[in-house]
Amino acid sequence: MDQGATAFAILAAILVLVPLLAIFAYLVIKGIGSVNLAFLTQTPKPPGEAGGGMANAIVGTGLILAIASVFGVPLGIGSGIYLAEYGRNRFGDFIRFTADVLNGVPSIVIGIAVYSLIVVRQKHFSAFSGGVALGIMMIPTIARATEEMLLMVPNVVREAAYGLGIPKWRTTLSISLRTASAGVITGCMLAFARVAGETAPLLFTAFGNQFWNLKLNQPTAALSLQVFTYAISPYDEWHKQAWAGALILIVMIVGAVAAVRLTTRGSLKGA
Amino acid sequence: MGVGIEVHGLNAWYGKNLALNSIDMSVPANHVTAVIGPSGCGKSTFVRCLNRMHETIPEAYAEGSVKVGEMDVYGSGSDPVEVRRRIGMVFQKPNPFPTMSIYGNVAAGLKLNGFRNRKQMDELVERSLRLAALWDEVKDNLHKKSGASLSGGQQQRLCIARALAVEPEVLLMDEPASALDPISTSKIEELIFQLKQHYTVVIVTHNMQQAARVAELTGFFLMGSLIEYDKTEKIFTTPADKRTEDYVTGRFG
Amino acid sequence: MRSRFQQGLDELKEKLLRMGGLAEQAIDRATEAYRTRDSKFCQMVLAGEPAINDAEREIDELSLDLLAMQQPMAVDLRFILAVLKINADLERVGDQAVNIAQRVLDLISEPEVELPVDIPRMADGVSTMVQRALESFLDGKAEVAEAVLQMDGIVDRMKDEAFVMLVQKMTDDPSCTRQALDVLLIARNLERIADHATNIAEDVIFWVRGADVRHGGAHYRE
Repeated sequence: MDQGATAFAILAAILVLVPLLAIFAYLVIKGIGSVNLAFLTQTPKPPGEAGGGMANAIVGTGLILAIASVFGVPLGIGSGIYLAEYGRNRFGDFIRFTADVLNGVPSIVIGIAVYSLIVVRQKHFSAFSGGVALGIMMIPTIARATEEMLLMVPNVVREAAYGLGIPKWRTTLSISLRTASAGVITGCMLAFARVAGETAPLLFTAFGNQFWNLKLNQPTAALSLQVFTYAISPYDEWHKQAWAGALILIVMIVGAVAAVRLTTRGSLKGA
Repeated sequence: MGVGIEVHGLNAWYGKNLALNSIDMSVPANHVTAVIGPSGCGKSTFVRCLNRMHETIPEAYAEGSVKVGEMDVYGSGSDPVEVRRRIGMVFQKPNPFPTMSIYGNVAAGLKLNGFRNRKQMDELVERSLRLAALWDEVKDNLHKKSGASLSGGQQQRLCIARALAVEPEVLLMDEPASALDPISTSKIEELIFQLKQHYTVVIVTHNMQQAARVAELTGFFLMGSLIEYDKTEKIFTTPADKRTEDYVTGRFG
Repeated sequence: MRSRFQQGLDELKEKLLRMGGLAEQAIDRATEAYRTRDSKFCQMVLAGEPAINDAEREIDELSLDLLAMQQPMAVDLRFILAVLKINADLERVGDQAVNIAQRVLDLISEPEVELPVDIPRMADGVSTMVQRALESFLDGKAEVAEAVLQMDGIVDRMKDEAFVMLVQKMTDDPSCTRQALDVLLIARNLERIADHATNIAEDVIFWVRGADVRHGGAHYRE
């Protein structure tokens, strides 16, 4: 009986790996042929012309995700702190409910909302508005993860800090959040990985761009948009490039998560 | 040097429940005073009122007069954070900061209170660890090992060192040895005996032998009231109150 | 666990009372020997002494066990301390009874003479003191113990009177010096037993009230 349960658990774990590996393998098979120096360094060529790349989209995705993180991570962690440390009341329950609703809002709706709030007022599409849209999507995940992780910090640890005459805000930031940091970082990474591949919210915000752009207030290319555009185009060459773009996007996300994991792991153990 | 504690008419509540009923108690400086009583008698609440830790629990509050040396703990201008800095506390379960090194744990109270002088901090950390009788065991791993990697008894002495590092005048201990084995317990008790040279110590314990071993004065709490408060030997040989006698002889509950 | 401790305490009390019974019996037999000049009673006292000594050792051991295993506090601690001291007093009472029996044996071997001392009356008083002291221990009654303290003075006076009378007798009629000396020693041993009874009463008061009344202790007079 016990062995049967163990075998089932192992089987389930392997079955979970299968689609993941299959997707990745398929992406590599379809996309690796088009990944070359030109793809990584050049802007797209007009339709029908061979060659060109997605360099502007790679940089654009990085730019938009940076804006999203700068915007979403502090707000997410901040509201998570509020919920865990101060939110044992009606207002806290309201915030928690709102966050859960926000988590369930279709991403395109968030794109439209940001479009009407920012793009319409500024009168043009921009990297900034794209970052804001993705940042909004990051907040609920990060907030709830931060809350859960802070609630897991034993209360005796907080009491120890209060007992030393450390003010509550200081205790929260330097003791509780630090103790919970591994979980909070995982939450941030989950949120980051989730929004990195989003296309819909960027349609009305970052909009996409066939040329280089590093200005925050100008339409900007993003890998997901580029893949979308190329994938629905009638050109074979673009289809190949779409596969390559998807591969690069996955590699970027995995790379970013791994990099954060590696840099934070050392500091947690040795502190 | 420690200072005395004067408690007058101290009441404490959890929401609508009265947990302490008009406590008067005078704790002399540089002595060890034990607080005993059955579970739920208010003994822990009492010491947590002395440094205003009680009110960190939602809906808990206290009123009355507590004077620690010159400091009016519940005075109108009194800042709970400042009160807690001057009155150290050691808790029932060893609670080192899990992500910090041994050094980081002892220095935490100083660092997070804005203390920056690195050389002086090193000295205070060493002094505190020596006072807590832990220095020799950890001096080679101050930065390498985390506080959580120590044994239970060492963790508790680390917590004592951490409390001592901010140089309090009074040290409150809430059942500090209840989670420890007998050898660690006797180390902590020996330490408590040494500490009274520098501090006033108030210790909550459910172990009567422990109170008898370490404390010069003992107070017996029952249902939120201080029933009897006298020299420890009096409490354990010839208590004046029947309820105290029933409790110390184990006939109670 | 507590009830096991209570059992231990009850057992201790029972053992001590049984030992007290043996000591009382020894006093009564020695007195009887004096009255009847029958050496049979003296032999009974001498034969009974080892039992008292055994009881003393048993009580010491049980007390030590209870102290070590149960770490008694307050009234229980005072009880065991009182038992230990009463134990030693009772053992001494047994020794004094043996001393008396030996004097009686000597007395029987000499011609009977008329002496101006009422030993049976004095022995009665002493026996009552021991009895009351043990009674106060049985019931934990400090008032009874206090009465014992009052009686000690009377016995002391009886011994002093006997002393004066017997010295006078020895001076007047040196031929009965040996008998007079035996009776004098018997009176002194009886007075010692009264002192032990007084000690027992004081220990009972210490156990019950937690007050030290020895040597007119300050707590008690307040």
